[in-house]
Amino acid sequence: MAPAALFTALCRVGDDRLILGHRTSEWCGHAPILEEDIALANIALDLIGQATLVLQYASAVEGAGRTEDALAYFREAVEFRNAMLCELPRGDFGVTTVRQFLHGVFSVLQWDALSRSVDPTISGIAAKALKESRYHVRHAGEWVIRLGDGTAESHARTQAAVDALWPYTGELFMQPTDEADLVAGGLTADVSLLAPAWQQQVRDVLARATLQVPGDGWMHRGGRDGRHTEHLGHLLAEMQIVARSHPGAQW
Amino acid sequence: MTPASPEQPWPVWEVFIQPAAGDPHEHAGSVHAVDAEHALQNARDTYARRNEGVSLWVVPAAAITASTPEDMGPFFDPANDKAYRHPQFYKVPKGVKVF
Repeated sequence: MAPAALFTALCRVGDDRLILGHRTSEWCGHAPILEEDIALANIALDLIGQATLVLQYASAVEGAGRTEDALAYFREAVEFRNAMLCELPRGDFGVTTVRQFLHGVFSVLQWDALSRSVDPTISGIAAKALKESRYHVRHAGEWVIRLGDGTAESHARTQAAVDALWPYTGELFMQPTDEADLVAGGLTADVSLLAPAWQQQVRDVLARATLQVPGDGWMHRGGRDGRHTEHLGHLLAEMQIVARSHPGAQW
Repeated sequence: MTPASPEQPWPVWEVFIQPAAGDPHEHAGSVHAVDAEHALQNARDTYARRNEGVSLWVVPAAAITASTPEDMGPFFDPANDKAYRHPQFYKVPKGVKVF
């Protein structure tokens, strides 16, 4: 097994959670009500916690002495392997909620598949993260229904969020060709197999929310290979500034 | 769903949490929410994120009927001089060894 392939595969899993977690943390102190502020901060911390575990293992697999902190704070944008859906600006509460839901359903399916990995570290992390992500989907899904089936304004904003984010969902299910050996060996999961279950669950909730499902047209791709939107660089500038200004700082 | 606003906040729900199986549910605090499922999630995020319990109840605050401070006298004081309502008032008969 080539450690380089496993390292990249782990970065794809970990970076999704790290970048989405950071985006979600941007709501801290800004959510519409106190209870939601706490909920979003909790979800952000869950995601960053998941990223920590995955990137710790990526660090061990790489064996180059780069810790999970070094991977998070000292890589450039082209070295990140997250799906572009995760790095898009947080937008309004509708965008945040819809993205959390669309990625959350994917996340539950991916953790579920990874919980059957032959690698005990991967399966252990996945089993722990699966419980957290199930709650994230429940939280976001209930909001999607309430916002979509709510006021005229909340419906319009939520539908706009679905329309804007939909072209970024296809990338979640594009299985990278460089992971073929890992999938064959039972270490990682083929994400393309998760698409039918994702479609069914997402369509079910959008229907209950009286929201239209966009057509599956052209889909953005590139994040899994390090080609990102312009938004990731700005996100990293803010996320990495403290660690880069005070290298090796302890707190 | 009605939007929340400073003038018209969402309804208040009282939260009860059961620390462990078999324990009674105890009052933990309150949350704002539009409906029961929303209240349950807000209660989970506000009061049960540090492993505080195994079960949650949420109850619309408006559904609770509470005694008032004026009720204190008639409700609770009469018990003060009725020592015979406590088991300690009674002598245990000779020959009973289990207590």
